[in-house]
Amino acid sequence: MPQKQYGTATVEVDAEGYLTDFSQWTRDIAAAIAKEEGIGELTPAHWKVLEYLQKEFKETGQVPSIRKLNKSGVTSTKELYELFPGGPAKKAAKIAGMKKPEGCV
Amino acid sequence: MSDKIRKVSIIISKGGLDGVYPGLIMANGARMEGIEANLFFTFFGQDAIVKKRMNKIKVATVGNPGMHMASLVGILPGMSAMATSMMKKTMEKLDIPPVAEYIEMIHDAGGKLYACKMTVDMFKFKKEDFCPQVEDIITVGKFYELAAGGEIIFT
Repeated sequence: MPQKQYGTATVEVDAEGYLTDFSQWTRDIAAAIAKEEGIGELTPAHWKVLEYLQKEFKETGQVPSIRKLNKSGVTSTKELYELFPGGPAKKAAKIAGMKKPEGCV
Repeated sequence: MSDKIRKVSIIISKGGLDGVYPGLIMANGARMEGIEANLFFTFFGQDAIVKKRMNKIKVATVGNPGMHMASLVGILPGMSAMATSMMKKTMEKLDIPPVAEYIEMIHDAGGKLYACKMTVDMFKFKKEDFCPQVEDIITVGKFYELAAGGEIIFT
């Protein structure tokens, strides 16, 4: 299993850099991944999305779809694409310390 | 040079649910990967962006070998409606949105939607017949201009 160093923390990741153990995730790691992914500083609007994703992930074990996120009232599809440009579902999931989202929608 | 796809222009030319959905799924999927996406609706594919029709699109049970149904059975009244309703339920379970919602989603995701001018002239559509997400009515020539430098997918 590959490992990755973020500051003083070492985390286990898959081949594409997604954390494989959600319990190793911290907010500092999220900030570091966000920089790597070209998102920059995480704002309260980013955190709202990330926290919702994590809540759903803990409850269902699945990364919620963009459609679900849009219907949740947490963010709109348009805002989501603005917050996480260049692949919002994948990037948000990675920053939130979750597995890569499956599915085509 | 990177071999990553940066732009796709998808032509949706066929009507019916099975004609319209593949292009919508590919366009939305492209945006999810950060790929620029244009959608060009032509011929019966244009039903997907005509306000009055977009949510009434059915799957054909006659002359559709993919349905694995004898045309004599498919011709029965209500057969197409039933097959459509079953398919829609399955899609809802998979989180695939109905056509109008999908169009809105692709538009909000930054995908660009265009109607084919020749089809518009043929079926005597007007700009106001289309859903507001449609950017413009354009010619084939303009479509090629927009598609320049990317991949073209015909469905």
